[in-house]
Amino acid sequence: MTSPAREYTSVVRVAGPLMAVSGVGDATYGEVVEIRLPDGEKRMGEVLESRSDLAIVQVFGGTQALDTEITSVRFTGYPMRMVVSPDIIGRVFDGSGAPTDGGGPVIPGTVMDIAGSAVNPTARAYPEDCIETGISAIDGMNTLVRGQKLPIFSGAGLPHSMLAAQIARQARVLRDHEEFAIVFGAMGITNEDAQFFLDEFGDTGALEHAVLFINRADDPAIERIITPRLALTTAEYLAFDRGMHVLVILQDITSYCEALREVSAARDEVPARRGYPGYMYTDLASIFERAGRIYGRDGSITQLPIISMPDDDITHPVPDLTGYITEGQIVLSRDLHRRGIYPPIDVLPSLSRLMAGGIGENKTRKDHGAVSDQLYAAYAKGRRLESLVTVIGDEGLSESDRRYLTFATRFEREYIGQGRAGGRTITESLDAAWDLLSLFPEEELNRIPTDLIETYRGGESE
Amino acid sequence: MTGRIIRIAGPVVEADRMRGALMYEVVHVGGGALIGEVIGLSEDVATIQVYEDTTGLAPGEPVERTGAPLSVELGPGLLGMVYDGIQRPLQVIREEMGVFIVRGASFPALDRKRTYIFTPEAAPGAAATPGTVIGTVQEGRFTHSVLIPHGMEGTIASVAGAGEYTVTEEIATILSTDGKELPVTMLRRWPVRVTRPVAEKLKPGAPLITGQRVIDSFFPIVKGGTAAVPGPFGAGKTVVQHQLAKWSDADIIVYVGCGERGNELADVLRQFPALTDPKSGEPLMERTVLIGNTSNMPVAAREASVYTGITIAEYYRDMGYDVALMADSTSRWAEAMREISGRLEEMPGEHGYPAYLASRLACFYERAGHVRVLGPSGKAGSVSVIGAVSPPGGDFSEPVTQNTLRVVRVFWALDADLAHERHFPAVNWLTSYSLYPDAVERWWNEHVGDQWGEMRRSMMAILQKESELEEIVQLVGPDVLPEDDKLSLHIAEYIRESFLVQYAFDPVDTFCAPDKQYMMMQLITDYACYGKAAVAGGMQVSVIAALSVAKRLLRLGAIPDADFREYFEETERRMKDAFQNPGGEST
Ligand SMILES: Nc1ncnc2c1ncn2[C@@H]1O[C@H](COP(=O)(O)OP(=O)(O)O)[C@@H](O)[C@H]1O
Ligand SMILES: [Mg+2]
Repeated sequence: MTSPAREYTSVVRVAGPLMAVSGVGDATYGEVVEIRLPDGEKRMGEVLESRSDLAIVQVFGGTQALDTEITSVRFTGYPMRMVVSPDIIGRVFDGSGAPTDGGGPVIPGTVMDIAGSAVNPTARAYPEDCIETGISAIDGMNTLVRGQKLPIFSGAGLPHSMLAAQIARQARVLRDHEEFAIVFGAMGITNEDAQFFLDEFGDTGALEHAVLFINRADDPAIERIITPRLALTTAEYLAFDRGMHVLVILQDITSYCEALREVSAARDEVPARRGYPGYMYTDLASIFERAGRIYGRDGSITQLPIISMPDDDITHPVPDLTGYITEGQIVLSRDLHRRGIYPPIDVLPSLSRLMAGGIGENKTRKDHGAVSDQLYAAYAKGRRLESLVTVIGDEGLSESDRRYLTFATRFEREYIGQGRAGGRTITESLDAAWDLLSLFPEEELNRIPTDLIETYRGGESE
Repeated sequence: MTGRIIRIAGPVVEADRMRGALMYEVVHVGGGALIGEVIGLSEDVATIQVYEDTTGLAPGEPVERTGAPLSVELGPGLLGMVYDGIQRPLQVIREEMGVFIVRGASFPALDRKRTYIFTPEAAPGAAATPGTVIGTVQEGRFTHSVLIPHGMEGTIASVAGAGEYTVTEEIATILSTDGKELPVTMLRRWPVRVTRPVAEKLKPGAPLITGQRVIDSFFPIVKGGTAAVPGPFGAGKTVVQHQLAKWSDADIIVYVGCGERGNELADVLRQFPALTDPKSGEPLMERTVLIGNTSNMPVAAREASVYTGITIAEYYRDMGYDVALMADSTSRWAEAMREISGRLEEMPGEHGYPAYLASRLACFYERAGHVRVLGPSGKAGSVSVIGAVSPPGGDFSEPVTQNTLRVVRVFWALDADLAHERHFPAVNWLTSYSLYPDAVERWWNEHVGDQWGEMRRSMMAILQKESELEEIVQLVGPDVLPEDDKLSLHIAEYIRESFLVQYAFDPVDTFCAPDKQYMMMQLITDYACYGKAAVAGGMQVSVIAALSVAKRLLRLGAIPDADFREYFEETERRMKDAFQNPGGEST
């Protein structure tokens, strides 16, 4: 219901990121408000709750310097929207969508509601086009496909930005040269991280294909609630209206969730775990489910959200709920990082749920799935033996056990730790896997069908 | 019958001037007539959960009462459909309104134009009691019985002749005991939160065969049984549910995607029409009803989705079918309850869940069962319920898992460590359980072979032993173990790697027939038996492991059902030779 704009100066309460405006009988739920502060500054807000005599508004610019006397609030009658046009590509905005690149506003095109609408599940085309990232731990064992949402679970000080940028730079779809774009949505990232991406995109020429929305660590926290939605609305426009293949990098979802928690606390809501609101799963789903492909539309949205795990704890509510929504996760390991292995991907807790549909005969290679399963089984066994050896020493180990120990070490150094430069093709990744698997006699490769062993196993076992 | 909105907070709306409204009555909210349900009453104020996005609603907008509780439409034409949580047909919505879901969509669940060939069975003058078959229509390969609806009692006054009818055409009239003439159509409605009555609950019957070895042979479920599949993300809950939906030998499947991924429904829609039911050879989609209320769809409709699903399941059960319902994930349903309860500012219980969480879960699982249906036919039917549970942080001590375990009889505990090493299905064999094996053992004895119970127990004992031995190994290393313990570890590895590992994406192994399961168990237990005797006779386990026949036990799953008996016999023969004459075997 769009009502005409109405203006009030009846702010009666300001608390945390929220304010209450009395005497407003007809504020619509989700409506945008424009707030004019005593000093003339303008901010945006959104109606979180509307009652017959009161509206509760979250203020995106933060509530500092608001008052309950002069501050005026204009109800616009519209939900939060943004303007998109082909012209948006190559632009840089702040976290609330204001240009920061010196360019003017986006040339008016389509106006879109930033909350988006749920895709009818029967209209979803199942993602099955494999993206080659050049990174063996991903391509070989956790294959990314176009339209997938695959987060990177990381920790403070780990090279997630470098990895995300590397994927953005190297990603390539086998047998395909369609138009692509990168949308970067940053929530609460440091100036250095922001600069890293700007430089990276600038150096590689990616900026010409990119749209950036950057909310920095010192920007208003509450604004982070809209930043990913601006990024995804842009992505949906580019993908489903303009037919482009869009890679969306969102960093850092944990800062986003902290903003959600702040709003929830200000409303005195009953929290679920660790103070985060009970609806955080639903809220995160409204972001992550905006990835995918749609029947009859050419483009796609692939999401690469970055989640920093507080205290490296994968059971923390943010990575936990994320893992329940996304189609797998790439987990970075502090231990591998300390040992100088790049990319420090711990494959055991990593997963790509869409891998099975994107690989195999006619897509990558017939042995792909089985090789991956075997690498997992052998590496898990090697790691188990490593921890056994630290307790009891290696005297009692059998010949076979020793092979697994050697395998685990070489696997981390050679297969995972491929280094920063360049990338491997999928075939190269699979061949590298067979190099390592040739450590084992055939009967220990029990996750691989015998005919595939015969076809693909190159070297002889010792 | 019109109220007025006074407050909107997300999916919860309050309206005044609602005196007389009923608890759980459906209402139309606002100018856009969004569908909602009354979930609280206080004086003349009703609290309403709205099944659609409430953005844009304002205080002062009207709320229209309908006088009826939230109900589903029942009748022929449900099979093969995809519905949202309140039974709106998603394919129709897509055709009519486009790829994004817009609000206020209102399309009937059952096609009003489609006709069905009706064959009358009852004769005028016969007694009409609920459950009496009036006639039948063919719904795909299923005979769809049109029953006298619950609540109608009297005599059959007229029955339509054989012919084609739509679901809204009258196909009979009943003269009720109080003298009223009541028209009957194939279409009827049932309030989703009310259990459909049955004549009596029966004891657990035959196993629900799923073709998954760790389920059928280790932790079986029966037709009419209840099971929970808890596990952290990525452990394999959805794959287990999909495998059961594909391969279990129920007649009809109701799959509820409750607050999970859109692509998982797309996956079902992509695969099911192309796969065939092993029992009938017909496309799987024709026996399936999908309820899809994904995580990004309105949360209140998610709460309703499990009820919509189970009511449809009960409806087919009432015709005497075995129905299996999968709900993925019941935790999302519980969270929807929590979200709504939070907006109502109810006093929270554990982890913020409402105090009625336990009773809601119990009532839901109680709707499962092996029953004698109402009516003179005296038929048996069943609803089996398999619920996925998604515990935060993978911690099973949380309220949804714990309250579910109090009511279900089978527990398939999925384990992150197993999933990480790609041991799938990642069902932990030490912590999982089934309370049905005795009932199921009789079935195996009669239909497959009489060693099942014994082999099962001995295999499980070896795995138990392995875990005890592993603790010792952790302390002192593997080389000090006596040979018979080493043999246990060796056999345990075969049980895990050859029997329990079963990849869903392997075209052969995705389904393993009961007799193949049985033969696999036999090979492994026979191997263990021979091995035990050989060790007692002084043979080293390393020598046993090197026998070439041992390698024949490695990839059993990959051998097609049709060739398995021959492979089995050949392996048995070689095993006998090898152990009788260990030096003579060529390796
Ligand atoms: N039985 C199985 N066979 C092969 N792969 C499996 C099996 N179960 C799970 N997986 C793998 O694990 C992934 C996660 O499983 P899924 O059922 O989606 O987990 P959950 O629902 O518990 O989060 C799947 O995408 C698949 O790769
Ligand atoms: Mg799942």
